[in-house]
Amino acid sequence: MTSETREGTPIQGSHIKETSSSFGITPEQYMLPAAQQIRMLGPDGQLIPQEAQGTSPGHEYPIPEDDALLAAYEALVVGRRVNDQNYALVRQGRLAVYPSSHGQEACQVGAALALGTGDWMFPTYRDTVATITRGVDPLEVMVSFRGDWHCGYDPLDYKISAMSTPLTTQLLHAVGVAHAAKLRGEDTVVLAMCGDGATSEGDFHEALNFAAVFEVPVVFFVQNNGYAISVPLSAQTAAPSLAHKAIGYGMAGEQVDGNDMVAVLATLRRAVDLARENSMPLLLEAITYRMQAHTNADDDSRYRETAEVEQWKQRDPLLRMRTFLTERGVLDAEAETRISGKAEEVAAALRLAMTTEPEMDPLEIFDHVYAAPTAQLREQRAKLADELERSQEG
Amino acid sequence: MATATTTAPATSATGATTKPTTFAAALNTAMSDAMENDRSVCVFGEDVGTLGGVFRITDGLTQRFGANRCFDTPLAESGIAGMAMGMAINGMRPVIEMQFDAFAYPALEQIFSHIAKTANRSRGRVRLPMVIRIPYGGGVGGVEHHCDSSEAYYAHTPGLKIYTPATVSDAYLMLREAIDSPDPVVFFEPKKLYWTKEAVDLSDLRTRYESAAQDESAPAAGVGAEGRAVVVREGTDVSLISYGPSVSTALKAAEAAAEDGISAEVLDLRSIVPFDDAALEATVTKTGRAVVIAEAQGFVSVAAEIVARIQERSFHSLSSPVKRVTGFDIPYPSPKLEEHHLPSVDRILDALDELQWED
Repeated sequence: MTSETREGTPIQGSHIKETSSSFGITPEQYMLPAAQQIRMLGPDGQLIPQEAQGTSPGHEYPIPEDDALLAAYEALVVGRRVNDQNYALVRQGRLAVYPSSHGQEACQVGAALALGTGDWMFPTYRDTVATITRGVDPLEVMVSFRGDWHCGYDPLDYKISAMSTPLTTQLLHAVGVAHAAKLRGEDTVVLAMCGDGATSEGDFHEALNFAAVFEVPVVFFVQNNGYAISVPLSAQTAAPSLAHKAIGYGMAGEQVDGNDMVAVLATLRRAVDLARENSMPLLLEAITYRMQAHTNADDDSRYRETAEVEQWKQRDPLLRMRTFLTERGVLDAEAETRISGKAEEVAAALRLAMTTEPEMDPLEIFDHVYAAPTAQLREQRAKLADELERSQEG
Repeated sequence: MATATTTAPATSATGATTKPTTFAAALNTAMSDAMENDRSVCVFGEDVGTLGGVFRITDGLTQRFGANRCFDTPLAESGIAGMAMGMAINGMRPVIEMQFDAFAYPALEQIFSHIAKTANRSRGRVRLPMVIRIPYGGGVGGVEHHCDSSEAYYAHTPGLKIYTPATVSDAYLMLREAIDSPDPVVFFEPKKLYWTKEAVDLSDLRTRYESAAQDESAPAAGVGAEGRAVVVREGTDVSLISYGPSVSTALKAAEAAAEDGISAEVLDLRSIVPFDDAALEATVTKTGRAVVIAEAQGFVSVAAEIVARIQERSFHSLSSPVKRVTGFDIPYPSPKLEEHHLPSVDRILDALDELQWED
């Protein structure tokens, strides 16, 4: 129990965080985001001097090694190409819908590259680039957007859950996966992804609270692209930042420039390491921007100015990274050719696959509802089979 | 034998020597046996740990298996259901408790949009072996939000199995089966039955269940996609179709009807999903008349579905229009008025009177 003195009663809490002491700072200093957004590359792609990077004690981030940065750049180029190819395929009527992450690729790539092979990722419908960067064949991801089936890849094979369409519900599944692993003594880290609008959902609160109470290693990664379809962040929350929400749950929050590939990778990597070493959750908010409309069904001119979009073009994550790596001597013309060649190959494979009409078995709609179909589903299946047979005869 | 529970007897082989056992003890033992057999089974929810649950159904599980296997969660039903789903993805068999029927509603998005659909969404690659236990129904003097019969909401959602035991032995056997099921099961426990007692030998049930589960010639327990309705009283003139808390009311009505010379058969559905059309057809074909009894409000209900299925499949066997005796289409009434709402023996007898008895 706390001791009451003439000076007053200390604030009472149930969980005292020890991690802060390893940084030599108070729990509050540790849990609150650094006063400045973490940024390592300027909008022009120049490396910002360490003392101007927005870091403070306990919030310092080492630059990832060159190999990792080059791999991230390659994933950025491929991801951008996939975004733009899919956008075109929607316009050609080859895909039913595609929520593009053009402009947000640094967040997507960082999410995938910060994780180990035994870790799990819980993406949303906008996280195609994160999913393919983690190794899923783009064709398997597109199965969903082409309208063939809801999820085209095996979530257990890749340790990537089916992309979630409902908002933030998947964060709780992420907590459960981490909790199960913890109970078995495994050190699996789970990256739980959502957008800024999703932070208003009740499950965002429940997931962060459960993760903190059960002390499970989940990194909550919010891509704040400024809009939930049309509604700006100012209409979602009055919090100083989304990263500030962490302290209310007793976890650390940090805000990063989401269009700075170097800073995104550095902050995510440290978050994953801290989560794994201390079995605890963290919240990372990345400030980014969706350069295209919400989906092809959306008209973004109704809610944002062209000038705003133009302004964000100046902070393009891919161009910043290209400038930085070129000037650093990590990216030369040969590597650039190899990488763009690879991106074109991926795009060509996508185009080819999407112009082929897949063989679908309508009867499969009954197969996965239960482990074994019920008598009612068997009857309904037979009825549809009969219809199909008659339509072929006719 | 399709599953371990299809031929559950009311009493054990050792009959007279068995002690009276409560429905609550049967559920508790089912969980503890499942936890003993399988380390991936874990139990959590609100107040289920130290307290043993507000109905004491999880009593002693934390003490016996430790706080990693049976534990309290923050007070958030969506969180409980969502976390359970994640644990099921990652190799566990969670058994979660919703404290009361109406308190489960915050979890409905998790249950409807994810738990029910994940196997289908992933083309069968991700299975969710988990049980959502829900104490339900009225007749216990409970206040508002504590007495709902919410089974229709879940039964309307493809991908969920819906079990509801009406006897002490079924409480044990069906919960074991639910925990072993590869599909998510919503397990409805009629709370008015928690303290009813039957002469049931749980260790005898355990032996029977576990040896049936190990029988490789039979499908594994819980896989069963078939309905498992049982005739709990034979009759020839009319079928009383019921489940969960209404089975005992139906049996009493059948007894009373017998004094008036009416031979009523009583069918206990036991599982709403999978639904046992064959058993329903068999009893209606035999008697030619049916009254469906359920506590839930009748409009767009499980009872309505049963009547529709009888009409579609057994119309030509019927000697009378099918009747329903259900709760009224009102929010659950306050404790002093609930007796007027719930299906009663008298109301069932009135329904029998209203059937067409002459050809």
